[in-house]
Amino acid sequence: MCGAPVQDLSLEGIDVATETVIQGTVTRDGQPEGGAYVRLLDSSGEFTAEVVTSATGAFRFFARPGAWTLRALAAGAQADAEVEAQQGDVTEAKITL
Amino acid sequence: MPRSNVLVDADWVEAHLDDPKVVLVEVDEDTAAYEKNHIRGAVRIDWRQDLQDPVRRDFVNKEQFEKLLSERGIGNDDTVVLYGGNNNWFAAYAYWYFKLYGHDDVKLLDGGRKKWELDSRELVDEVPQRTKTSYSAKQPNNDIRAFRDEVVESIGVQNLVDVRSPDEFSGKLLAPAHLPQEQSQRAGHVPTAKNIPWSKAANDDGTFRSDDELKELYSGEGVDFGKDTIAYCRIGERSAHTWFVLHELLDQPNVKNSDGSWTEYGSLVGVPIEKDV
Repeated sequence: MCGAPVQDLSLEGIDVATETVIQGTVTRDGQPEGGAYVRLLDSSGEFTAEVVTSATGAFRFFARPGAWTLRALAAGAQADAEVEAQQGDVTEAKITL
Repeated sequence: MPRSNVLVDADWVEAHLDDPKVVLVEVDEDTAAYEKNHIRGAVRIDWRQDLQDPVRRDFVNKEQFEKLLSERGIGNDDTVVLYGGNNNWFAAYAYWYFKLYGHDDVKLLDGGRKKWELDSRELVDEVPQRTKTSYSAKQPNNDIRAFRDEVVESIGVQNLVDVRSPDEFSGKLLAPAHLPQEQSQRAGHVPTAKNIPWSKAANDDGTFRSDDELKELYSGEGVDFGKDTIAYCRIGERSAHTWFVLHELLDQPNVKNSDGSWTEYGSLVGVPIEKDV
């Protein structure tokens, strides 16, 4: 599987200790933004992955430790957020359009 | 070849929504996407169910492909316009697949489903009923498909283009970062491969960059246009996107896509691997 399924935030069956999880929500005017595209960019700005937010605006990546940029794209709006991720941790991010 | 022969924009698609000779096909790995909604009149092809043999790791054969297209109501003389999620990765894979089986007139919707959604264009949930056809495919054209031995033989000789993200190329990640990283194969890349991520060929909204920008990108990264080229990624869908750029947009001959890609190469016994970490 290589595609970007719509996200749900259950971590069931995933060994979180070995993963570097970055997850969070996208909101617009205080409401969750479902169907937004969230890109994960590495420290050089290069694309690493992209997912579509769930109806509750949720997204998740399995990255590696370090600094990352999250970029949300939706109809008529775009916003970035910076995060620092660690292995074994779930790094939470909120992106406001 | 002019771009318009292989690539159409959303306005073109909207103008041809009721054209009986134009068949829109949504190609996804995430089957829920089409069920939720799709461009009006579009039929669906499921990357896994419809295009992969259920038992062996291989394509469906000519007869199975003919059956699939006949059931979808696609005729040999139809214009097929492919689009999908994931920045058209799976649509580009299907494009390459349609070419492999010799379909004449196939095009990609520039920007795919994402650009269409970002433009807030109409999506519907009604599934179209198309009359069955009796589609006739050609023998597979393996001039555009690279097998594992050719990948190994190309090391240090031909262009190898690894289109995965820099962290997958270096061996820091084994899969795209929206997937859990546990995998059986080794991490790294084919020696002498150039890392030119597929995403460098596209804008943020999923549309392709201009021909001039694309030429500059690949030659700037050391691709010798005088040589043959094999593109690979993890499972061959992102590299189909790059194959489309090199072979269809830039009109380069002798470009092949490796559908085995890293999940095959990284599992082979005894082949060389380069790894940066």
